[in-house]
Amino acid sequence: MVTIDDYGKYETAWCPGCGNFSISEAVKKALVERQLAPHQVLFVSGIGQAAKAPHYLNTNLFNGLHGRSLPVATGVKLANPGLTVLVESGDGCNYGEGGNHLLAVIRRNVDLTLLVHNNQVYGLTKGQASPTSAGGFVTKAQPLGVPSEPFNPIAVAVAMRAGFVARAFSGRIEHLSEMIQQGIAHRGFALIDVLQPCVSFNKVNTFAWYDKRCYALPHDYEPDDWESAMKVACEWGDKIPIGVIYRNNRPSFESHFNVLKDGPLVSRKVDKTRLKDIMKAYG
Amino acid sequence: MRDRDLNILIGGEAGQGLVTVGQILSKSLVRKGYSIVVTQSYQSRIRGGHNSFAIRVGVDEVIAPRKSVDLLVALNGDTVIQHRDHLSPEGLVILDDSFGLSGDSFLKVPFSELSEKRFSNTVAIGVAGAIIGLDENLMAGTLDYYFGKKGASLVEKNRDALVRAVKWATENSISGFMLPDFSNPPRRLMMNGNEAISLGALTSGLRFCAFYPMTPSTSIVLNLAGHAERAGIIVEQAEDEIAAINMAVGASFAGAPSMVATSGGGFALMVEGVSLAAMTETPIVIVVAQRPGPATGLPTRTEQADLEFVLHSGHGEFPRAIFSPGTIEECFHLTRRAFELAERYQGPVFLLTDQFLADSYRAVTPFGIDQLSSIRAGEQASETSNYARYAITENGISPRLLPGMTEHLVVADSDEHTEEGHITEDLTMRKRMVEKRRRKERGMRSEVVPPDLVGEEDADLLLLSWGSSKGAVTEAASLMRSDGLNASTLHFSQIWPLVPENFMDILRQAEKVICIESNATGQFARLIRRETGFNIEEKVLRYDGLPLTPEYILREMNR
Ligand SMILES: Cc1ncc(C[n+]2csc(CCOP(=O)(O)OP(=O)(O)O)c2C)c(N)n1
Ligand code: SF4
Ligand SMILES: [Mg+2]
Repeated sequence: MVTIDDYGKYETAWCPGCGNFSISEAVKKALVERQLAPHQVLFVSGIGQAAKAPHYLNTNLFNGLHGRSLPVATGVKLANPGLTVLVESGDGCNYGEGGNHLLAVIRRNVDLTLLVHNNQVYGLTKGQASPTSAGGFVTKAQPLGVPSEPFNPIAVAVAMRAGFVARAFSGRIEHLSEMIQQGIAHRGFALIDVLQPCVSFNKVNTFAWYDKRCYALPHDYEPDDWESAMKVACEWGDKIPIGVIYRNNRPSFESHFNVLKDGPLVSRKVDKTRLKDIMKAYG
Repeated sequence: MRDRDLNILIGGEAGQGLVTVGQILSKSLVRKGYSIVVTQSYQSRIRGGHNSFAIRVGVDEVIAPRKSVDLLVALNGDTVIQHRDHLSPEGLVILDDSFGLSGDSFLKVPFSELSEKRFSNTVAIGVAGAIIGLDENLMAGTLDYYFGKKGASLVEKNRDALVRAVKWATENSISGFMLPDFSNPPRRLMMNGNEAISLGALTSGLRFCAFYPMTPSTSIVLNLAGHAERAGIIVEQAEDEIAAINMAVGASFAGAPSMVATSGGGFALMVEGVSLAAMTETPIVIVVAQRPGPATGLPTRTEQADLEFVLHSGHGEFPRAIFSPGTIEECFHLTRRAFELAERYQGPVFLLTDQFLADSYRAVTPFGIDQLSSIRAGEQASETSNYARYAITENGISPRLLPGMTEHLVVADSDEHTEEGHITEDLTMRKRMVEKRRRKERGMRSEVVPPDLVGEEDADLLLLSWGSSKGAVTEAASLMRSDGLNASTLHFSQIWPLVPENFMDILRQAEKVICIESNATGQFARLIRRETGFNIEEKVLRYDGLPLTPEYILREMNR
């Protein structure tokens, strides 16, 4: 029986009141609900305040570079598909620095769960605009306000027919944990964009701001319907939908590799008979 | 024909199939037991332009390209104009009589009488092959090897064209180019540098390779991709080079021995990943096949100008090893060594090659697969109950478990970290980790490949070289020795770490030292000076995009 204690208790480097605490709690709950033991799980993260989250969790971790967690996770998953792989990082990491990797991982449909702590700001570097910052958002780096339009990760993911696309809010831990569980259960790529207040650098999109706007999608909402999903994906303003916005059953990336049908790549031995056969081509 | 070797150059435009002509002739020569050195020169375009495929073939071992051409096989008129001046005194041009070109040493072949136009390459093979004494059946067998999969009727038509071409050449009895026969031909394989690297990787236990296409590295991964299913590996084309190296690091962390291959510009994008592999102590083999820069440079030509770049790539300080193979055998064996070192020292290990070696087909003695060991990633169990990925050890090497393969948790971090792998800003720990990582270099130094000395230790003239120029420099020195000069060569197939004890005596004893490199500033000479204080003033440099040849070296030295 896996319990919450198995995932440990750690001191963090986060500001009191930060939304990251609730996200970590929801992650633990989800792992325990799914009865995954710490050694069966591997987190990959990038760099940022969000990316520190897996350090506060007793499990396997590869904390790589800013923006580069998705390709690392792809490599891990191809090498050992038996691992449950989650990627956890910020909006800057995934939508800015690593934007190209997000598009590629959606196309591939690698069986990963990506948790984006979306605080609409760069936390770790002290408050510059992020790709999801609202137009006009004022920071020390953008004193006249952000001149660009914000990136809509949900709309992009739905447009690309990503396998599983959800939004959650760190203030609704049960719901968030449920989203994470479904993301893990989904065989293929799962994007969970988590709205997360940053108490230090985002004074616009606060807990109250999100709390007032977020509403759970109704029970009869059909996430399999791409066209309605596209509409919901574009909703942002006075009302922000949370829940599973789109889902499909595309085969996962790993399932395309015949090689993996003989077991994971890790600890496989060199087959000398086959090598000799390969060498014949050069004779 | 000079001594016992012959230089055949096939020229034409891109899209004419001259590489296939070159490969079929080369393979036939290798199957017969001859030694070859192929130099491919091509433009960065898919159709048109001017490309060439030169085969230097010898009864004894040939080791370097040669500039002067004995047999020029011109698939278009432009080839005659481009290479005429390189024809050796007794040289011959084989060309289609329809080109309307005339000259003393021209053998005008009635291509259109001998075959349909689409088989004219086979006619070229047949005529050239017959002139140098290749048996018709041998050539037919090689044709089948290349075209066999395309269906019986095509094979038949190719054979017809070949038979007619050989008959025509025999009737016209052209003499002077016949290669001596063999009684006991040695069994050889034909492969180029990139193929040898991919085969070396497969025998080492490579399981994962990610790439983004970039000449001249691409054929390494194409070759791996072609064997992937049979070899049980995955080759993935990444969205960019940054992704490629990060995927490889991820796969290797999980336990799949991994490699990436690229060229200068792509490597520039990978550089942060080099540092990542070093900090997370993840094994990775990185092949950088050089081409001339800066920026996009000359995409399809050769150069050795990325030594300093690769040596200094990645921010921060960490150990690394850089191999610079000089032959096809070295491409194979040093790739294997790179995998061993990457695994043992848990970090980035480089292979620095270039377009010339990448594309240079040669005859190699088959590698005894049964005797070759392969690596096993990570350790299978931990002796302690509180496993720490970065445990501080005497030799700097920490036990590497694979995530998910035991109940121990494996934590790796690109931030400075504790022994358990968690992010830390404890500056005492920082210092201990820097020292731990650095201690791994001691081990690497203890097993460097020493430079290869050919000739006397106390030479009047010592030629220093590294990487793909090995053959050209060796041959240049051997020609000097036959002229009575006491010339030696010292060739480096591993350029980092440098262990001065391995070569300083030789440098000091030499009357004069000349460093020979394919770059404009003498990067290796500068490195030797930085590491040893020994100043090499004289250099032979080449940076026009073409490979070093013995002729070039001798000419530059006599200036
Ligand atoms: C290549 C690189 N560029 C820049 C940085 C500096 N940097 C670290 S975190 C970060 C942004 C963090 O923002 P986000 O991903 O949204 O995470 P948050 O801190 O908000 O959770 C930046 C720019 C870096 N570490 N690496
Ligand atoms: S800076 Fe913002 S995101 Fe970072 S810990 Fe503080 S509140 Fe959280
Ligand atoms: Mg952020």
